[in-house]
Amino acid sequence: MNRGMKVSGGILLGIIAVAFIGPLFSPHDYLQTDFDALLQSPSSSDFHIFGTDDLGRDLFVRSMLGVQVTILVAIVASAVSLLIGVAYGATAGYLGGRIDAVMMRFVDTLYALPFIFFVILLMVAFERNFLLIFVAIGAINWLDMARIVRGQTLSLREREFVEAARLTGVSTARIVLRHIAPNLFGVVIVYVTLTIPQAILVESFLSFLGLGIQEPQTSLGALVDAGVNQMEGASWMLLIPAALLAVILLCFNFFGDAMRDAFDARDEK
Amino acid sequence: MLRYALKRLLGAIPTLLLVIVLAFLMVHAAPGGPFDDARVLPPETRAALEAAYNLDAPVYRQFLDYLSNLARGDMGPSYRYRDHTVSELIGNAFPVSLKLGAMAMLLAVGVGVAAGTVAALRRNTMLDRIVMTFAMTGISIPVFVIAPVLVLFLAVKLQWLPAGWSGNEGMARFVLPVIALALPQVAYIARLTRASMIDVLASDFIRTARAQGLGTVAIVRYHALKPAMLPVLSYMGPAIAAILTGSVVVEEIFGIPGLGQFFVRGALNRDYTLVLGIVIFYATLVVLLNLVVDLMYGVIDPRIRRR
Repeated sequence: MNRGMKVSGGILLGIIAVAFIGPLFSPHDYLQTDFDALLQSPSSSDFHIFGTDDLGRDLFVRSMLGVQVTILVAIVASAVSLLIGVAYGATAGYLGGRIDAVMMRFVDTLYALPFIFFVILLMVAFERNFLLIFVAIGAINWLDMARIVRGQTLSLREREFVEAARLTGVSTARIVLRHIAPNLFGVVIVYVTLTIPQAILVESFLSFLGLGIQEPQTSLGALVDAGVNQMEGASWMLLIPAALLAVILLCFNFFGDAMRDAFDARDEK
Repeated sequence: MLRYALKRLLGAIPTLLLVIVLAFLMVHAAPGGPFDDARVLPPETRAALEAAYNLDAPVYRQFLDYLSNLARGDMGPSYRYRDHTVSELIGNAFPVSLKLGAMAMLLAVGVGVAAGTVAALRRNTMLDRIVMTFAMTGISIPVFVIAPVLVLFLAVKLQWLPAGWSGNEGMARFVLPVIALALPQVAYIARLTRASMIDVLASDFIRTARAQGLGTVAIVRYHALKPAMLPVLSYMGPAIAAILTGSVVVEEIFGIPGLGQFFVRGALNRDYTLVLGIVIFYATLVVLLNLVVDLMYGVIDPRIRRR
């Protein structure tokens, strides 16, 4: 643990803790509108410490809800990309040969595509719901994971314990699941911390465009979007969620970078 | 070199086909048709409409028709902009986006390479740390946060620059959108350049040049810059994709009538043909530009060609 990791990790934990606990202490909830308190600037009166939005909803509670949603989407999306990436990469790496070549050629082909546009297409074509957002974001982030896992697997499968398993007649699927996958853990954990900010970015991008999380639910991207529309009269509506999003992304990137340096789990590019 | 170019060009065709098939199927798997939200139509009208848009044919037939029309540059009529074809809309909107994107790209490469080189030469000094901290920040903060904050401070509060597109003329209206679009790429390119420049500056041929008495500027200019540019060049593909994605947001925020804005409007209006057309157009653009980058790589680094 170096200093960068401690500081960025600490800030992240702090923000997440406040996001989940803070709203419990506020007298307001994220739905409650108050037409006597439209667009109030941040002040201690009536506990509107982040001010209110154009419908008189408390911005502190809504921002914290936004952080919750953003973090949850990012974690689940990263888990999806982890599952796909590990399964795909481990299979390609373990089987090797022609199958590996074809599978990785497919990954290369997908790399060339501007995926975000396909996600938007997906959002247009289907009803927008939470689950779909998770899956869509996970589905575009697995490529790097697959490449890294494949590289690791290629070297793992030559090791004695895998050979021993093969000789005693363990099935291929079982070898991949029980013998290869657990040994990928270290690399995968490091890499997941780098996919989380990417997932946050995609989710907030979609929500900013109005294609992600829908009202009255909210996420940081949706709050920034609302803030843009009110920025001339109520700049706090833009600046508070924008700052939260920026700090969260910055901390995740610092943390992931520091972790990669610490464990030096670089993929061989 | 020509053989290499042809090989790469042929290699791009399966990718493009995959794009078209994926995009087409996605739109067709969508529940509900484009005419569902209008008032309930009499069956005859509905049938006539579907026939007019070729929606009554089987899916594979529709796909083949779409493909053969696409080959002739015809992407069908827009569902929402009733008087326009999708190709017309793209043709009108793309030049603005192209201008914006090209300027952002030039700015990103110019400033990014310069900043990265300076940071590499002044390694581990205060200047280096400032550039790298700025770069980390620039990479982390998304365009849709940078752009409105720039507008808030430089346009709304200080009133130095125009915030919007319409009602303003000349180059001033390009300044903020181009900066917002270029910043994350400046940051990324600066980091890449610094890392590869440090590697290159440590190599033997640079030491030889220095031993012969060549000055720092000449060493960078004539010996170090070209090899140090290779990682930057291979980042150009992702950079192009990122600038396209960013332009969607930037055009929305600044109200620029470019392709990105049409894309978002189309997406929100469920204008299936328009969205499908723009996705295919974007993907083709990215694939072709990646091809150009690959070829440039071959031009700059002769080792690639011989493989």
